[in-house]
Amino acid sequence: MTLLSVRGLSAFYGSFQALFDISLEAGEGETVAVIGANGAGKTTVLRTIAGVLPVPAPAVRFDGAPVGGRPAHELVDRGIVMVPEGRRIFPSLTVEENLLVGAYRARPGRWSLARVYELFPVLAERSRQPGTNLSGGEQQMLAIGRGLMANPRLLLVDEISLGLAPLVVQELYRVLRTIAGEGTTTLVVDQNVSQILPLAQRVYCLRKGAVSLEGRPAELTRARIAAAYFGV
Amino acid sequence: MTSSTAPIQVERTTRASRAGLAAGAIALLALGSLPAWGDPSTMRILVEFIALLVLAQMWNLLAGYAGLVSIGQQVYVGLGGYALIVLADDLGVNPFLAVPLAGVIAAAFALPTAALVFRFHGGYFAVGTWAIGEVYRLLIANTPALGRGSGRTLKAVFPLARETREVTTYLLALAIGVAALVAVYAFLRSRYGLGLMAIRDSEPGSETLGVDVFRTKLVVYVGVAFGTGVTGALIYLNLLRISPDAAFSINWTAYTIFIVVIGGLGSLEGPLIGTALFFVVRELLSDYGAWYMILLGALAVGVMLAYPQGLWGIVAERWDLRFFPVGRRVRVD
Amino acid sequence: MAWVDTVLQGLLLGGLYALFATGLSLIFGVMRIVNLAHGDLSILAAFLAVVVVETVGWNPFLALILVAPLMAALGYALQTLVLNRLLGQGILPPILVTFGLSIIIQNALLETFSADSRRLNPGGIETASLALGSGLAIGWFPFITLAVAVLILVGLQLLISRVSVGRAFRATSDDQEAAELMGIDNRRLYGLAMALSLGIVAVAGVFLGIRTTFTFASGPDRLLFAFEAVIIGGLGSLWGTLVGGAVLGIAQTVGAKLSPGWGILTGHLVFLAVLLWRPQGLFARARRVD
Repeated sequence: MTLLSVRGLSAFYGSFQALFDISLEAGEGETVAVIGANGAGKTTVLRTIAGVLPVPAPAVRFDGAPVGGRPAHELVDRGIVMVPEGRRIFPSLTVEENLLVGAYRARPGRWSLARVYELFPVLAERSRQPGTNLSGGEQQMLAIGRGLMANPRLLLVDEISLGLAPLVVQELYRVLRTIAGEGTTTLVVDQNVSQILPLAQRVYCLRKGAVSLEGRPAELTRARIAAAYFGV
Repeated sequence: MTSSTAPIQVERTTRASRAGLAAGAIALLALGSLPAWGDPSTMRILVEFIALLVLAQMWNLLAGYAGLVSIGQQVYVGLGGYALIVLADDLGVNPFLAVPLAGVIAAAFALPTAALVFRFHGGYFAVGTWAIGEVYRLLIANTPALGRGSGRTLKAVFPLARETREVTTYLLALAIGVAALVAVYAFLRSRYGLGLMAIRDSEPGSETLGVDVFRTKLVVYVGVAFGTGVTGALIYLNLLRISPDAAFSINWTAYTIFIVVIGGLGSLEGPLIGTALFFVVRELLSDYGAWYMILLGALAVGVMLAYPQGLWGIVAERWDLRFFPVGRRVRVD
Repeated sequence: MAWVDTVLQGLLLGGLYALFATGLSLIFGVMRIVNLAHGDLSILAAFLAVVVVETVGWNPFLALILVAPLMAALGYALQTLVLNRLLGQGILPPILVTFGLSIIIQNALLETFSADSRRLNPGGIETASLALGSGLAIGWFPFITLAVAVLILVGLQLLISRVSVGRAFRATSDDQEAAELMGIDNRRLYGLAMALSLGIVAVAGVFLGIRTTFTFASGPDRLLFAFEAVIIGGLGSLWGTLVGGAVLGIAQTVGAKLSPGWGILTGHLVFLAVLLWRPQGLFARARRVD
């Protein structure tokens, strides 16, 4: 069953067009990968889905309803939660407070402080420290945990491995696998293609604001992906 | 990206500005000859008009272009006024010559003031300028030589015939008005003006381009203090009686802010329209006490909410009119 | 001993200043707005209390029960209907609009209540005093003012650190966009912050009106002292605000004792001194605020 449906999405930053007629889909429980080079528009797609960028209402449909252009805080209520690029941990809040603020809307569900601590034991250890005292990888875990606290139906993870060491990235993907295993629909943006492809049921490759390739990872060859990625 | 070889011209004047220049010259001739055919009360009102206009132009330069929102400019009005009295009465300087000198004194005080006030930014900068203004007011109100709380009277002009004094004050005002307009216009069209507008648009961005943000802001702040000080001296040359509460009153700031906001922030034409409107409103509501201030305040708030570019901004956008163009246009033939 | 008494009076006065400063500091912390009408709004509250006292005959403390929520509602409306529309437009519009509001309120108060000075009479407590021994005595009312200020500060501190809304305030202040991704509706939150601020300012205004006479023009000085208390104490610190208020209060009372008429000026000079030698205030947080 299709949970997220994006059709004919064009997005602008002022007069600059960042997305050209994008269409993508995510079925309930699926993990969808959005890959592409820098500036291809991956983050922009996520921002339009999350409600940060204004778009026409029918361009984004969630659970059948048109939600394009609704403000981000309203979409959290519906279960669309974004883990933003660059983590965006709140410096004035401790680790635990960062997690608690993720649960601001008090959406019912299986995720709780205890379960997030189970998933990320290091966060439990550092729960009283200011959120930004953590290392990059730990902050990413905190950001993901914070997103989970909202009990999302659709989790958007933007640039999950940006600036992180390979070992940390591996750990993060292990966690993503666990989350996906619980049935949460996830849309993951990453430049790190090798880690994300094995996890995803569907992949979209973006280039210069348009979809250059889509399909099931098992059916796509490396060569085809590289061609779509770089445009060679 | 064009590969055409069409000649590109950069224009700095507009048709309207050339027309405006002609009209302005005629108006200036008319105003200059006023003493010959007008009456003293008209001259007095015009002096007041010019004073408010210059105050507005100064505040506009500071807030609309340099991004420094000060609600303490009355400091320099007061300092200019008191400097006039001290120079003319105590030091024997010709009162009319003392007016520009008072501006210099005001500018001198602007330096240490800036050293304090530049530690703030944004909204706290605004309150800081006002706080410092209060300090000046209280210090002067406690100084016996300056007349304490009751103030002083300008005595140096007593020997002059009334008509001579009024006409000279008027002509001086006219000269100040024109000089201020020319100075602000010239500054904005200069390299410094360009830097200022860059700072207004983006401080960090302009810094990377080599604009010395701090120095530019300081130059503007001190320059505006000079202009405001000169105007303060002019005002009290006209009124003849100064006291700390009146000279350092926040009303000076209130009037200029309303004038600039309603007329149009960040344009040279705006303050002109704003000052005219201010006088109209004041005349219309003069019998209703504080209501004219309430109306002006409500107008300013309303304009800020709905038309932040002010009355002139609406006109300029609609009809693409610029009498004082400070930008550059690219014309491709 | 006379000096101890002076310092004590200053400390108690500081409680009142802290009340004024808290409201100002709260909204600056959450939304980076300096409300130039802050002082005038407190005087508006005082006049509203006058109206309640004169029409219903209540004690001014009781009148607060009506006035404080009314002012809070006014704050919510002001933020959501007026100031929220200026979000994202830079620092200029909120300064200009609140300045305009300040002028409007002052002149409206002048037109409505004339230039006469007023005072709120709570029926005796403002003159009652508590003997402390060694010839020292403190007024009950200044003491209550300080106690109320501390209570409000404690309450606010608890709200900010323990309660969900308080966390939301801090998160929004840190990163407005990321806070929205948490489901926090900035506009409503700002309305809440302003409501809280004006509720506190109402208490401050009524207490001021009990302590001393006031007129339509008394607002700007309140803003000034609130501002000085915040700067002396340090931006971003609630307890710093209390200390800042105390320092200012003591400076004023000591100055007035040295030479009547120099009280307020001494406060200004201490403020300037702090600005020169420790511009971040006495208790500033490490976070940069501008």
